[in-house]
Amino acid sequence: MVVKKLNRLANRFLQMLITLIGVSFLTFCLAYLAPGDPVAMLLESADTIVSEETLQKTREELGLDKPFIVQYGNWVVGILHGDMGMSYSAKKPVFEKLSEGFVGTLLLAFTTIIFVLIISLPLGIWSAVNQNKWQDYLVRFFSFIGVSMPNFWLGLILLYIFGLKLGWFPIASSTVTLNGVILPAVTLAIYQSTKYVRQVRTVILDELHQDYVIGARARGLSESRILWRHILPNAVLPLITLLGMSIGWLLGGVAVIEMVFSWPGIGNMAVRAIMMRDYPLIEGFVLWIAIAYMFINFLVDLSYTYLDPKLRKGAAQ
Amino acid sequence: MEFIKSHKLFSFYTLLVIMVLFVAIFAPYLAPQDPYDGNMRNVLQTPSAEHLLGTDKLGRDTFSRIIAGTQVSLFMTICLVILLAIVGCVVGIASGYFGGKIEMFLMRLADMMLSFPGVVLAIAIAGILGGSIANTIIALLIVGWAKYARLVRSLVIKLRNNDFIVAAQVNGTKTINILRRHILPNVLPMVVITGAMDIGTMMMEIAGLSFLGFGAQPPTPEWGLMLNEGRQYIQTAPWLMIYPGMAIFIVVAIFNLWGDALRDVLDPRQEN
Repeated sequence: MVVKKLNRLANRFLQMLITLIGVSFLTFCLAYLAPGDPVAMLLESADTIVSEETLQKTREELGLDKPFIVQYGNWVVGILHGDMGMSYSAKKPVFEKLSEGFVGTLLLAFTTIIFVLIISLPLGIWSAVNQNKWQDYLVRFFSFIGVSMPNFWLGLILLYIFGLKLGWFPIASSTVTLNGVILPAVTLAIYQSTKYVRQVRTVILDELHQDYVIGARARGLSESRILWRHILPNAVLPLITLLGMSIGWLLGGVAVIEMVFSWPGIGNMAVRAIMMRDYPLIEGFVLWIAIAYMFINFLVDLSYTYLDPKLRKGAAQ
Repeated sequence: MEFIKSHKLFSFYTLLVIMVLFVAIFAPYLAPQDPYDGNMRNVLQTPSAEHLLGTDKLGRDTFSRIIAGTQVSLFMTICLVILLAIVGCVVGIASGYFGGKIEMFLMRLADMMLSFPGVVLAIAIAGILGGSIANTIIALLIVGWAKYARLVRSLVIKLRNNDFIVAAQVNGTKTINILRRHILPNVLPMVVITGAMDIGTMMMEIAGLSFLGFGAQPPTPEWGLMLNEGRQYIQTAPWLMIYPGMAIFIVVAIFNLWGDALRDVLDPRQEN
């Protein structure tokens, strides 16, 4: 049994490793094939006329004159030594730049998740309990609207109303502040909640039709007791998977919202890195997202085994 | 007529979609003014009778640009969804029908793409390749094909051992003909449904990339790009960011409704 479990774990890590290599290789290929010379960009941004000689020298210094495969190989060797290279534009180690952006992104992700739970759990439950009544239709209507609304537009509108007109929140945050995180988090939370509300509703509806609910009703338990004590604990599991997926998404896919609110997060940094052709930083970013995403998925799976008694038993046998 | 009566909602949404298509196709004739031609004397004008939705920083009519943007956005989205369906069908049928090493390689590749947040990769690809309409489509194609390939493969595997396929094989039908006449027609409905339901999402992702500056480039009247340009004038000219976004919202909503209705019509089993 233990061997089998270890085997599964090993398989999983192998798959992760293949994904990491594949994704980083793809980004590397693109960077190599792409038009635009990072060295010229780097030196010309200093507003001086650059001679071909200097360009060549810098290329050699950065290892950009070597063949493609050698460059990739060097990068992988560096990663294995814990060295992600130097950012061209910031002249700092990539790791340092990533950690700076990570603080903002983590705070944003965390705040968003809290808002998502506050919005979607009550609405989803409310909608499921009143299935096919006006409450249900109302919630589903809003959920539909939210799904069709581009989140960067929603962000701009919230920024316009609450930042500019009412002045409750800063229009742009150059540093990580609690006040600055609210608007981007609310934007992301509204967008995510529209999906969550549907999922919560489906999950609760599924549970509502189970035999144990009929049994509980037959025993004369009150509806609220059935909901809180019997249905919700059962509904937690599928919701955790969703939550895990959305944390992964939040850690990487929110560049657009970070741009709208000038939030100093990792996505904002990545967009700037792409514009500056700062390849080491882009590589580092993609790698970081891949690792974070897979790690969280792995944690979600792990939590499954611990939270679901059926799986726990199955693993023990 | 019978069909319209029995599928009222679907017919209504189809009508809306046709209207959007009409606007997109005849955009040059419908736009009251030239979407590219600015007049520096009319810079950042508030909405008025002459300029229904105001003008932008170069004095171009926002309403005309939004109408012209329908064409750009729809063209990009439809190209993307068709390409996704084609790549998905080719990869899915190849790996589902032939199996073996091809399947293993292609599906590993698909797993790789699926185990990674697509938006991030799309931003990286589009950004590195440089912003253009073609590159946006390429980026989203690289990120999105895996879902379609997986779907088609699972359908083909189910089909492969059916009697009519085996009969065709025994009769000595050429493989290419089996794939074309027997496999493809059975796979297509699901692919069309998935594609139709994806139109809205893809449209938003395209707009998102353009918004970041990695999609259509100025002076193209693309909605995401217009939002990006309007963002800088949020204080003085809020209409520049309100209306293009509303256009995205309305068109995406129409296509989402239509996609859901189409699924219900073509595949009644999935109805809740």
